[in-house]
Amino acid sequence: MSKGTLFDKVWDLHTVGTLPSGQTQLFIGLHLIHEVTSPQAFAMLRERGLKVMFPERTVATVDHIVPTTNQARPFVDSLAEEMMQALEQNCKDNGIRFYNIGSGNQGIVHVIAPEQGLTQPGMTIACGDSHTSTHGAFGAIAFGIGTSQVRDVLASQTLALSKLKVRKVEVNGTLPTGVYAKDVILHIIRKLGVTGGVGFAYEYAGTTFEQMSMEERMTVCNMAIEGGARCGYINPDAVTFEYLKGRDFAPKGAEWDQAVAWWQSIRSDADAEYDDVVVFDAAEIPPTVTWGITPGQGIAVDQQVPTPEELPEKERSIAEEAYRYMDLQPGKPIKGTKVDVCFIGSCTNGRISDLREAAKIAQGRQVAAGIKAFVVPGSERVKQEAEAEGLHEIFKAAGFEWREPGCSMCLAMNPDKLEGRQISASSSNRNFKGRQGSASGRTLLMSPAMVAAAAIAGEVTDVRELL
Amino acid sequence: MSQVKAVVGRGIPLVGNDIDTDRIIPARFLRCVTFDGLGAQVFADDRSQSQGQHPFDQPQYQGAELLVVNRNFGCGSSREHAPQAIAKWGIKALVGESFAEIFFGNCVAMGIPCVTAAPADVHMLQTWLADNPQFPITLDLEALQVRFGNQAITVSIGEGSRNMFLSGTWDACGQLVAQAALIQETAARLPYIAWSKTA
Repeated sequence: MSKGTLFDKVWDLHTVGTLPSGQTQLFIGLHLIHEVTSPQAFAMLRERGLKVMFPERTVATVDHIVPTTNQARPFVDSLAEEMMQALEQNCKDNGIRFYNIGSGNQGIVHVIAPEQGLTQPGMTIACGDSHTSTHGAFGAIAFGIGTSQVRDVLASQTLALSKLKVRKVEVNGTLPTGVYAKDVILHIIRKLGVTGGVGFAYEYAGTTFEQMSMEERMTVCNMAIEGGARCGYINPDAVTFEYLKGRDFAPKGAEWDQAVAWWQSIRSDADAEYDDVVVFDAAEIPPTVTWGITPGQGIAVDQQVPTPEELPEKERSIAEEAYRYMDLQPGKPIKGTKVDVCFIGSCTNGRISDLREAAKIAQGRQVAAGIKAFVVPGSERVKQEAEAEGLHEIFKAAGFEWREPGCSMCLAMNPDKLEGRQISASSSNRNFKGRQGSASGRTLLMSPAMVAAAAIAGEVTDVRELL
Repeated sequence: MSQVKAVVGRGIPLVGNDIDTDRIIPARFLRCVTFDGLGAQVFADDRSQSQGQHPFDQPQYQGAELLVVNRNFGCGSSREHAPQAIAKWGIKALVGESFAEIFFGNCVAMGIPCVTAAPADVHMLQTWLADNPQFPITLDLEALQVRFGNQAITVSIGEGSRNMFLSGTWDACGQLVAQAALIQETAARLPYIAWSKTA
């Protein structure tokens, strides 16, 4: 059993008590809600005559359904409009802060909470979205929940949970040129598998993460869930504090000093005990691309799609399913695979540093003929910052479309969708069958710089050749 | 609050590893403000591609109440729409090799037990169901067994979750709210509460 880790300390501090079932009642410091998983939760509250216990600890925005072109209300999609109105009404009725389109603060929930300083070390954070693990980048214990649990948090600011084990995932060394945070997490998932993290919280540790910016750390923690771990985190350090200082909801003055001292104290102890430890060498991580239908089916961009014989026995049946669905031949290089659509954005890779890296590749080059390439900033603030830097002009000159903020084609609950058997190079987080809006659409996950490179070449390309 | 000690009904096997929540309920069906109607849309894309051969469409499995799956079922998104769609189709319990964690938690909160069994036992049960779709099977949460024909396999579920089903406390909301005083005490000892109010 783990001892002295950040996870243990934060868990203990937030424990309200033990429930008759033996589960822990855990206090949730920050609750984030959006239009998809909250309307039914508010309806359940109304049915039971319950009130929101701590309205000041819930923040709402709208991201999944928003169109990234025409955002005029009412939305063209009447179902999306109905969801939007439900969220507006629920926030109004319950006194919940809501960042609506045009507020200057709207965006993907996992982009806006960090950028406003809502996400802080030592907090417990829950949201009805599996990529809530993103907030672990700050040393928070953050995880996705379902709608009944959203109801529980609204009603009581707590959840009934069983404690997770803690695995330390250590990566040491400097990343090679052309290798990004996205490659690190795709590599970890490839090595530990999509079920490797079930029952665990992942503590990402080691010099590679220490050298990362906060945005890179968010990319890593964002995809903890794709490796089966409900939450992933990184111990807060000077990089964390520097990022937070001066943000809207960050503590100020004397409270800032108090906060930093407390944040330091919740770091995992040097002699902390873990349930498991795995170690990787940054030098061995390549630019990584997925070839299959789970995020664990990744390979180096200069490798071949694995043959069944190369895979462990238990991975063969899903590999066979993937060859058929993706129409990719085992033994054939992934490089050179033609793509139709290139998507840069999402809660994984829709932040300003992601757009900067992609713009470096796009600058002075042209999107290949016949490729639909588009860039969706993660939030209104990211969009504004990118435009102030002129990134939108670089993208547009290269032939990329420049869109309004939202989840867009990551999950295609909005007008941005693949069509038919189109294949996308995508900076998002899931390559599941049908994920990007077409029942036969195909997704290759990669870093935003690699997506930009694929857009230029019209096919999967090694970004290192364009740097 | 209803106790769940056993689920008895006909079974439906769904073979495959890593069946994710996007497949269980594609995102376009999440454009809704209630869970009503999701039952008809469960596995929509898999079913249309299987042209009537998907177990959820096959006549022999209509009315089944226990779904038998393989490894990492329900991985991906936290959407409760996935277990809601399965439940609204008629499923009352799941047996599998393993479940993704958020999916499992959602099922508990809905009163739907998900139990795990050894892969060989799951395969045996799936094969038996394919041959005997007309016979009811029993998930016994007290004995931690699934019984079918004259056979039985051992199943497991976390002790906390099992207790919630057996005692009828799987809907935690009431219990959580009842601790209002302790919740306030916990909040009061968290240093960040003072500086991080949002409204």
